[in-house]
Amino acid sequence: MGEMEQLRKEAESLKDEITAARKAVQDLTLQDHVAGTAVVGRVQLKTRKTLRGHLSKIYAVHWGDSKLCVSASQDGKLIVWDSYTTNKVHAIPLKSSWVMTCAYAPSGNMVACGGLDNMCSIYNLKGKDGNVKVMRELAAHTGYLSCCRFLNDNEIITSSGDCTCVLWDIETGSQKTVFAGHLGDCMSLGVAPDFNTFISGACDFTAKLWDIRDGQCRQTFGGHESDINAIGFFPNGNAVITGSDDASCKLYDLRSDQELITYQDSGIMCGVTSLAPSFSGRLILAGYDDFNCNIWDSLKAERVGVLSGHDNRVSCIGVTPDGMACCTGSWDSFLKIWN
Amino acid sequence: MTINTLSQDGVQRQQMPCLTKMERMIISMQDPDMGIKLRNQRLLITVIPHKCSISDEEALHVGQLFVKYGYIYPLKEPRNLILKADDSSYRFQTPYYWMSTRWPASELDYAIYLAKKNIRKQGELIEYEKECYNALHKRINHTWDFVVMQAREQLRASKQRRKGDRIVLECQEQAYWLVNRPPVSPEHYKLTTLTKNTIIEHNRISLARNRVKSSICLESYVKYCEQYQPHDPIMQGCLPSNPWITDDIMFWNMNSETVALPTKLRVERWSFSFMELLNDQMGRKEFLTYLEKEFSAENLCFWQACEDVRHGETAKIPEKVDEVYKQFLAPGASRWVNIDSKTMEKTLEGLKRPHRFVLDDAQMHIYFLMKKDSYPRYLKSELYKNLLARAIVPQETKKSVFPFMRRQRHSSPSPALATQTAEDDGKAKDESR
Repeated sequence: MGEMEQLRKEAESLKDEITAARKAVQDLTLQDHVAGTAVVGRVQLKTRKTLRGHLSKIYAVHWGDSKLCVSASQDGKLIVWDSYTTNKVHAIPLKSSWVMTCAYAPSGNMVACGGLDNMCSIYNLKGKDGNVKVMRELAAHTGYLSCCRFLNDNEIITSSGDCTCVLWDIETGSQKTVFAGHLGDCMSLGVAPDFNTFISGACDFTAKLWDIRDGQCRQTFGGHESDINAIGFFPNGNAVITGSDDASCKLYDLRSDQELITYQDSGIMCGVTSLAPSFSGRLILAGYDDFNCNIWDSLKAERVGVLSGHDNRVSCIGVTPDGMACCTGSWDSFLKIWN
Repeated sequence: MTINTLSQDGVQRQQMPCLTKMERMIISMQDPDMGIKLRNQRLLITVIPHKCSISDEEALHVGQLFVKYGYIYPLKEPRNLILKADDSSYRFQTPYYWMSTRWPASELDYAIYLAKKNIRKQGELIEYEKECYNALHKRINHTWDFVVMQAREQLRASKQRRKGDRIVLECQEQAYWLVNRPPVSPEHYKLTTLTKNTIIEHNRISLARNRVKSSICLESYVKYCEQYQPHDPIMQGCLPSNPWITDDIMFWNMNSETVALPTKLRVERWSFSFMELLNDQMGRKEFLTYLEKEFSAENLCFWQACEDVRHGETAKIPEKVDEVYKQFLAPGASRWVNIDSKTMEKTLEGLKRPHRFVLDDAQMHIYFLMKKDSYPRYLKSELYKNLLARAIVPQETKKSVFPFMRRQRHSSPSPALATQTAEDDGKAKDESR
């Protein structure tokens, strides 16, 4: 008992020292710093396309390139859309309809999905006979699959309700690295622009930065008061943006190892379900439980716009790689493209 | 949303709606007419009533929740609280032991249960149960006589029951305690010494980390946003026109990989950072042309070959690494790259057992070499400047006479004007056909 007490005290004191070290580099507040930056003004985006075809709640959407995106819905279908023409390029029936996430490979050759079946299923879109078939089923998680992202055609990272994230080798279907350390369900993950690291947000209210090569947790960020549902990198790769059930989004800087900006408003009381930064990073689009999306000025921490048009919760949001448009998916079974 | 079982007191209120829903389902499942079929289980010569098996795959997840909350418990592997979609047997937990009726589980009851187990069969307690037993013994030492007395009394009373019933009651009690072991919140989670040491190590490394001043970090974001703003279509529109608004795909055509002459914005982006140049296929080609003139093209080729190893198929890694060695690293190789001796030694050592990241150090060295030396000179070179001068600034499409094509940064137009625009849009499309 005595030893445990000692260890606990040591851990606590180190934590306090870290907090002090973080405070020491806080030499300027955000307000002072961006006082000189030009104001963005009101941003109004209109719905340009509505993608109809799903029969049930949409849980995830991911862009492959500037026109193709994949969406997953609990009607048991994965649909690849040419969102410009609103045609369905592929409609893939799933074995398990309880899907919670989907991902498009950067090469455009594959899509992946997973959910309550605890597995990540990889589908090959460029099969020889034109049919889309299951290429691999990655099963080893003991909890639901909350998010997955491709690194390339051979590697995929998944986050799960069993509190771990895993890097898989798709060819062999085996786990290459297990990233363990979170104390709660991992809800989402984001890969860095240089593909050397990734971040995960979990129900233990923290976000962790992991090194893909050696499987170590490099940094941990706390401060949220509830589950972190959404996470993403700032386009320059030096900051992490998180969205949480406590109705706020936070920007954590990797180099100063602390939270720099919080995006919250006393009028918003529902949780953030998803978020995506615009191409330059100046705007952050965040989807909320109250059926709207709010657009935040990332530097001034002010709300500059709203995307309203959905009849149910906005569950997922994504900005195209060229920054042209953003897509929102909702529990009302529609996807809307805004610009 | 998570159902956090792992805190105390006040949280019970939050859980009740979920628990009542589950309980309603459980009760209807046990309905003699409409519910699940129950069978008698034969355990040697005793007949134990009311066992059932669950095989509906769609209900698997709901079933899992039932098991985790103790409404159903498995018979074969009682400690493994998961629901399997096969023929394994389960039994419904008696309402006496439901979470909503008996929560919070008290230490005293748990102590009595452990004492009973201990008395019934010495050494039957498993590891964590032994720990809990000893901890409880220390904590509630003053009432220990009472605990032992209660345990003995309960054991005596149970001996008087029919064997079938006794086994059922034992299973029920065991299942209840597996779900409700006190105390279990993550904040007061009793981590083992090993985990604590890992956390302390992690904190030490974190403390030793170099932290950059927040002013510098904020400055970098402001600069980044300013630099990329003209390239952000949502902030500032794009030329010739945004395909989503005008249904004209010129923008994508002009910016494709294989276009003859790139747009000015694209060429400008190459000067923002080395990664921007390398990530653009056309930029890479231009850079290669420049390097060939400088007789240092092998650096870029080496970098590209390393990228191929890092992101390619696992099975092909050994042969790819071998190729790279022959072409770039071996003494007297045709395209030998200049790496410092320490890195070369380390890489050659690693080549004996090739894996995906074996060339990382060498690749990083060459990357920084190019970034510090060749890249700045390329940006100042005639090749780049010529391209920049020749690069296209697309004409804004004629039909976009409307003032709202470019995303303007002051207040949005009034709804009345917006409808006017939509009509004009339609007219323009007709004209252009």
